Amino acid sequence: MASKQKKMTPQQQNYQQLQQKHELKRPVLKNCLKAFIVGGLFCVVGQAVSYFYIYFFNFTEQSVGNPTVATMVFFSMLLTGFGVYDRIGQFAGAGSAVPVTGFGNAVISACIEHRTEGFVLGVGGNMFKLAGSVILFGVFSAFVVALIKTILKIWGGL
Amino acid sequence: MFAMFFWAFIVGGLICVIGQLLFDVAKLTPGHTLSLLVVVGAVLDGFGLYEPLMDFAGAGATIPITSFGNSLVHGALQDANKHGIIGVLTGMFQVTSSGISAAIVFGFLGALLFKPKG
Repeated sequence: MASKQKKMTPQQQNYQQLQQKHELKRPVLKNCLKAFIVGGLFCVVGQAVSYFYIYFFNFTEQSVGNPTVATMVFFSMLLTGFGVYDRIGQFAGAGSAVPVTGFGNAVISACIEHRTEGFVLGVGGNMFKLAGSVILFGVFSAFVVALIKTILKIWGGL
Repeated sequence: MFAMFFWAFIVGGLICVIGQLLFDVAKLTPGHTLSLLVVVGAVLDGFGLYEPLMDFAGAGATIPITSFGNSLVHGALQDANKHGIIGVLTGMFQVTSSGISAAIVFGFLGALLFKPKG
């Protein structure tokens, strides 16, 4: 990039600087729209999977979340393995990271990436490198919330 | 049934927009954003607000990562009702077991089946 800039005339350099100034601003609205559409589509697929489990495996509307999440993680493995998920991620940003498939992608891509270091130290050791923080803060905050609610219930008669 | 698909799309999309705003406006990394959303999900369930959203939007509320925090709290409270305070620990993963176990199993299968690229 730097060597390219030296060859250009001052006018071109000015233009490049101007262009960079405009490029650096993130297109927030456009990104949000992309995230909305892609994230919404993931949820529509999830809804279809839940109806599949409700009709064929006798799950109820309350308990269907569990198998649905597992199925979405399975889809995420296929998409990650064939390298499609990275491209979706580049296009959609949070639209692919926030659904549970993004959690699956974080675990699975870490597994695939580190398999060259061996299955015990590579795959086993790095599996939760990216997703670990989600589990940590999820479990700890859930612990605090549930503890407070339980104590209120026992002593406060809530 | 089609209303359910519609609301799943809208609600799920809106949660992703919140995530995108945290990326772009608050300039958080994806790791920070996801951790924050999980905590928000857990706190929302603490106030009993996530369950109505799930009834309303179905997968629109169960697929985003916020539902992970919600189901952790849910499992903990379910067991706490039965066994008192120790249930908070024993029931933690009861509802959300499949998400974690699926991630581990399919992660390992993925490492066996696919080769890293680049």
